[in-house]
Amino acid sequence: MTSQENTEIQPRTMFEKIWDSHLVREETGEPSLIYVDLHLVHEVTSPQAYEGLRLAGRKVRRPDLTIATVDHNVPTTDRSLPIEDPISKQQIETLAENTREFGITYYDMNDENQGIVHVIGPQLGHTQPGKVIVCGDSHTATHGAFGAFALGIGTSEVEHVLATQTLRQFKPSTMEVRVDGKLPPGVTAKDIVLGIIGKIGTSGGAGYVIEYTGEAIRSLPMEGRMTVCNMSIEAGARAGMIAPDETTFEWLRGRRFVPQGAEYDEAIERWKDLSTDEGAEYDVVVELDASELRPHVTWGTNPEQVVTIDDAVPNPAELPEDKREAAERALAYMGLEAGTNIKDIEIDRVFIGSCTNSRLSDLRVAADMIRGRQVHPNVNAMVVPGSALVKWQAEQEGLDAVFTEAGFEWRAAGCSMCLGMNPDILMPQERCASTSNRNFEGRQGKDGRTHLVSPQMAAAAAIAGRFVDIREWETTPA
Amino acid sequence: MEKFISHTGAAAPMDRSNVDTDSIIPKQFLKRVERTGYGPFLFFDWRYTPDGAENPEFVLNKPGYREATILVAGPNFGSGSSREHAPWALQQFGFQAVISSTFADIFYNNSFENGFLPVQLPEETVREILDRIRPGYELTIDLEKQLVSDREGFEAYFEIDPFRKHCLLNGLDSIGLTMQHEDDIAAFEERAGLEPVASEA
Repeated sequence: MTSQENTEIQPRTMFEKIWDSHLVREETGEPSLIYVDLHLVHEVTSPQAYEGLRLAGRKVRRPDLTIATVDHNVPTTDRSLPIEDPISKQQIETLAENTREFGITYYDMNDENQGIVHVIGPQLGHTQPGKVIVCGDSHTATHGAFGAFALGIGTSEVEHVLATQTLRQFKPSTMEVRVDGKLPPGVTAKDIVLGIIGKIGTSGGAGYVIEYTGEAIRSLPMEGRMTVCNMSIEAGARAGMIAPDETTFEWLRGRRFVPQGAEYDEAIERWKDLSTDEGAEYDVVVELDASELRPHVTWGTNPEQVVTIDDAVPNPAELPEDKREAAERALAYMGLEAGTNIKDIEIDRVFIGSCTNSRLSDLRVAADMIRGRQVHPNVNAMVVPGSALVKWQAEQEGLDAVFTEAGFEWRAAGCSMCLGMNPDILMPQERCASTSNRNFEGRQGKDGRTHLVSPQMAAAAAIAGRFVDIREWETTPA
Repeated sequence: MEKFISHTGAAAPMDRSNVDTDSIIPKQFLKRVERTGYGPFLFFDWRYTPDGAENPEFVLNKPGYREATILVAGPNFGSGSSREHAPWALQQFGFQAVISSTFADIFYNNSFENGFLPVQLPEETVREILDRIRPGYELTIDLEKQLVSDREGFEAYFEIDPFRKHCLLNGLDSIGLTMQHEDDIAAFEERAGLEPVASEA
C-alpha cells in the first residue's frame, strides 16, 4: 500500500480533518500555513496591526472574511453620552477609522449587531462548523463549540492574518476530554469546565487542542457548549472543540450568514463528516464523570484553584508541594482563611456577563433564581448582556424588569467587568461572585477578589449576600 | 524584527508560578493604540503601591535587579490573555529574554514575533538558577549554541524549534516570509471557490 492510500484510510480526529482541509503549505521543519475562514477583530489588539500594515504599504487580503466590533473598552451605561476616558475613546475611534480605510465590516457601539465578538460571531451565523476562526483574544475557542478550529492570537498574528489570510502554526497535539454521565440538577456547563480545569490544571492543556466528548457534552445546549469551549484557554489549551450535531444544526439554522434553504441542508451533510472517525486516536485522553459534579466556586487567583460549594477553602499545607506557595499567596490576596466554608464567604459584588456566560439562556436561568426577591443590602449586582441582540431579546421577555426589580443594574453589551477596561471595576478588597472566566490578581480591578461561578450561583449569591448551594435553592420560574 | 543571537546580562528572580499576562501588563494600559511606551507599566500592580510610590518589596525595585535584562520565573509564565502588550512591556522595560520551565502558548508565540526570547528549561534547572541568583548575578544566553551559562561554571542546554531559532538569529519577519508563498494562498482560495483577490500593482 502506498503512503498516499494509507493517509486516505487513516481514521482522523475532527481537529485533524479541519487542519488537513485548511493546509495552504506544509514544509518539514517549518510551521504550516493554514487558511483562515473568519477573522474577528476588536479594538484592543488590532490598532498596532493596522499601523503595521500601513507602515509596510500592505492591504487587508480578505476584507470579506473579516468582521470587526467594539466590546472590551465600551461603556455599558448610557451610550448616548460621550465616552469620558479620552484614551478609550481614541481606541474606539481608531477601529472605526481602520475598518473604513481597509473596507472591513464594522459593528459600532450603537449597531444592533454589536456585542462581545464571541457572542456575535455565532449569533449572526458567521461561526460555522469546519471553519478556522481566529481573533486577537484568548477566548476565541468559544467558537469551537460549533465544530470549528478557533484560536486566540497575538497582535503580530492579527497583522499576519490581515495581510495574508493565513496563520503560521505548528500542528498542536490532540486531547480528548470525555465527560460521561448525566449532569445532576443545579450543575451547569460552567461547573463541567471548572471541574476539568481543577483536574488538569492551568497548563494541563498547553500544546493541545481539546475535543470535548461524552454524554454530558452531547446533552448540553449550544450556549453550554460555548461556555465549556470558552474556558479551554484557562487550562492552557490552544483551542477547544465539540463535534457538530443536530443541536448545532438547529441552533444555526436560519441565522443571517449561514446558507439558507436547500443549501443549508447540503451544508449539514458536509458538516456531519467532520466528527472524529471511529478508531481515530487522541494523543491524550482525560475522563470525567458528570454525575459526580457539584456546583463549583474558585477560591484562589487562577481557575484551577477551585472547590465545590459544599467544601471549604483548602489548607495550603495539605496541598501537593508544588501548589503550596501559589495557594498561600492566593489566600493572602483573596483575604481568606484556610478551612472557611465556601457557604460562609460573604460577597460585595455580583457580575453576570462575559463571553463565558452572557447569553440569553444564562440570563434566563439567572432570572429564575431571583424573580420576586431582593438583592442583599450589602451587595451591588449587575447584568451585562453579551450582545445588543441578547439585551433586546431579554427585554422582550421581561428579564430586564426581573433583574432591575430585584435591584440589579441592567447594562448595555460588552466585556465590562470581566476585565474592567471600561469603568466597570471592583474597588480594592471588594469580593465578587462573577460568571466570567479569570480570577487573576487585579483582573476585575486592582486588589479586587474574584470568585468564578455559574450564572445560577452568582444570581443566588446576590440575593443571599454569600455563596449558597443552588441545589437547595427554590427557583421562581416565570 | 530585531535579531537575537547572544546576550549577557543581569538576571532577576520571579519565583512564583502562573505569572499571567494581566499581572505583566494590567488592562488599563491596553487602551493605547501605540506599540511602544509600555515599559513603565510592566508589573504595575506589583511595582507600585496604591499611592503611586515604588513598592520596595518588589524584586525589580531592588538594587541589583533594576537593570536586569533576563527574567527567571516559575512555571506557566504568560498564562491568560493573548495581549502582545505583555512581551512588548517586558522588552520595553529592558528584558531581552525570560527563562521558565513552561510557557503559555500564545505568550510563547508572541515573544518570538518580537525578537524576545523565551528560554524553556527543566523545572529543576530553573530552580538551580533561581537558587544562584543574587543582585548583580549575570547569565549568558547563546541562541546559536542553545546554552544558558554563568561565569561560575553553570551551563544548561535548552531546546528550541529550529525554525523559530533560524527566524530569531536572522531577524526574519513572518509576514514577509509568508508573502513569498502568495501563489499557494491564491491556489488555495481558488480550490475553495473564493473570489480571487485583485493582484497588487
